[in-house]
Amino acid sequence: MAVKDYLRERYFPHMWCPGCGHGTILNSLIRAVEELQLHKNEIVMVSGIGCSARISGYVDFHSLHTIHGRALTFATGVKLSQPRLKVLVPMGDGDALAIGGNHFIHAARRNIDITAIVMNNRIYGMTGGQFSPLSGPGVKATTAPFTTIDDNFDVVELATAAGASFVARSTAFHVKETTEILKKAIMHKGFSVVELLSQCPTHYGRKNKEGDAASMLDLQKSGTAKIGSKALEKNPALTPRGIFVDTDKPEYCEEYDKIIAHATKENIS
Amino acid sequence: MARQKLKEILINRDWCKGCGICVHFCPTKVLELDGKEKSTAVRPEDCICCRMCELRCPDLAIEVLIEEDGNE
Repeated sequence: MAVKDYLRERYFPHMWCPGCGHGTILNSLIRAVEELQLHKNEIVMVSGIGCSARISGYVDFHSLHTIHGRALTFATGVKLSQPRLKVLVPMGDGDALAIGGNHFIHAARRNIDITAIVMNNRIYGMTGGQFSPLSGPGVKATTAPFTTIDDNFDVVELATAAGASFVARSTAFHVKETTEILKKAIMHKGFSVVELLSQCPTHYGRKNKEGDAASMLDLQKSGTAKIGSKALEKNPALTPRGIFVDTDKPEYCEEYDKIIAHATKENIS
Repeated sequence: MARQKLKEILINRDWCKGCGICVHFCPTKVLELDGKEKSTAVRPEDCICCRMCELRCPDLAIEVLIEEDGNE
């Protein structure tokens, strides 16, 4: 199928600002689904609230646009009732780790077969540019006119510590890498977390003097390096990209099925 | 692999928001923004069919149609 067959074209042009990284991530995600040759009926996309969450309206899969931070809880319900479906949960940085921080770590702990995509633009774009738990120190935002003072979460370390069995990071600039990582994450059995650095030229870029969308993408290129690369060895301050965790662990739905089998056997005898 | 040849660069002008990402990252400077801030292929003969504009476009507005030499 062509890329456009996976889109709800009647909602285009989309509502994201010119140069928004979320559009590029949608582009990469659609290509990952296309290359995996998944049927539209096999996929459920569950999203919460925010600019990032609008993505579920643009894809022609089964979709749920749910409440702020709770996309993973709805997704857990969907997955437990229909384990054969592929459940994708794109979330913004605030949606995933501020409002939904608790749900995020517990979904990772259970290792339920869901693909969580954190579209990290380091700001609350839709509500006017407040700083988020992924902004990090020294960032200007409408709620931090003299720059932020609090440290940010490292999504990769957080997800790894919480028990996710697939953890990766890429950017909106590295589109081919993003597609490859998303393909692996979707096919992985267990909780997959993919952090994708995105750009918000409207709020983050303008306030922090990072220029237009293209120059923000240049920063994603120069500010990151592949794990195991010489560039990262030389300059450990760069943000590492790549697949950090890819392990086999008992998956929640399968374990739950075993409990059902066990309980029904006892009732019969 | 056969050398790839460009058939056409399709740009959906209704979807393009003129962010300039395709213009900035095109390795052979094929694209430019026109007077209405929409991306246009001004030098299609220079296109090397890397399709990075299509893959990076946040508005999903670009499609690079390729024909392979000898075929079609």
